[in-house]
Amino acid sequence: MSMLNIFDVSGSAASAQSQRLNTVASNLANADTVAGPDGQAYKARQVVFQTTLMGEVGAAGVRVSNISEDQTPGRRVHDPKHPAADGQGYVTYSNVNPIEEMVNMISASRSYQNNIEVMNTAKSLMLKTLQLGQG
Amino acid sequence: MTQRLTQALDFQAQALMLRSERQRLIASNIANADTPGYQAREMDFSRALREATGSLAVAGQLATTQAGHIAPIAGARDEAELLYASHSQDSVDRNTVDLERERHSAVENAVKYEATLRFINGSVRNMLDAMKGPNQG
Repeated sequence: MSMLNIFDVSGSAASAQSQRLNTVASNLANADTVAGPDGQAYKARQVVFQTTLMGEVGAAGVRVSNISEDQTPGRRVHDPKHPAADGQGYVTYSNVNPIEEMVNMISASRSYQNNIEVMNTAKSLMLKTLQLGQG
Repeated sequence: MTQRLTQALDFQAQALMLRSERQRLIASNIANADTPGYQAREMDFSRALREATGSLAVAGQLATTQAGHIAPIAGARDEAELLYASHSQDSVDRNTVDLERERHSAVENAVKYEATLRFINGSVRNMLDAMKGPNQG
């Protein structure tokens, strides 16, 4: 039953996209966190997508193979009065770029919608197939 | 006799199978629209249909020339017969999915699937009408 496989394929893509939305949410939530006692601020996280086969030929789903951390140095702001300031008076913030994250969020939600639409189309086609010969 | 009755349906049934397979292919392409390195796949529908209905020999298929040979399943195709979609724009992550084209093919394929369903429904109704007696209304 090849149509049932569409739900596996699009479902895997929707769950991968929602994981991407999750990392965007945690990046945006931590956009203004400062370095902790170890001197390490929060690092922006990105999901890495990978194609995964879904049993039959031509059915290719998606999975999140890895979550990578952005290694660019964090934003440093001169603020000697801040309790987290270092010896030279600099505070290290996380390296999250809110504009990039917003773009990422829009892209992820559009891709999610696309996959849901594919599933809805497959569902209505299957329901019509079930009524074959009755009409 | 019954085989001759359902012969007309066989062609549409094969078309329906191939349409659902193509729908799955398009779903895979849309699902992988953001996957780095993914190559979009496409099928040559008219060729696949001619192969499935037996009017065209399947390229590279095993021939059964002896009595003990196992025949391949009718309509079965493998990875090698799927094509790679030609892409209009290069992207940095080597992904070749053209989302607009995929959405358009998804809608087109869904409409044609429904059309095939209606053809099948129509010929089933014709057959049932032909079986009815003159005073069965």
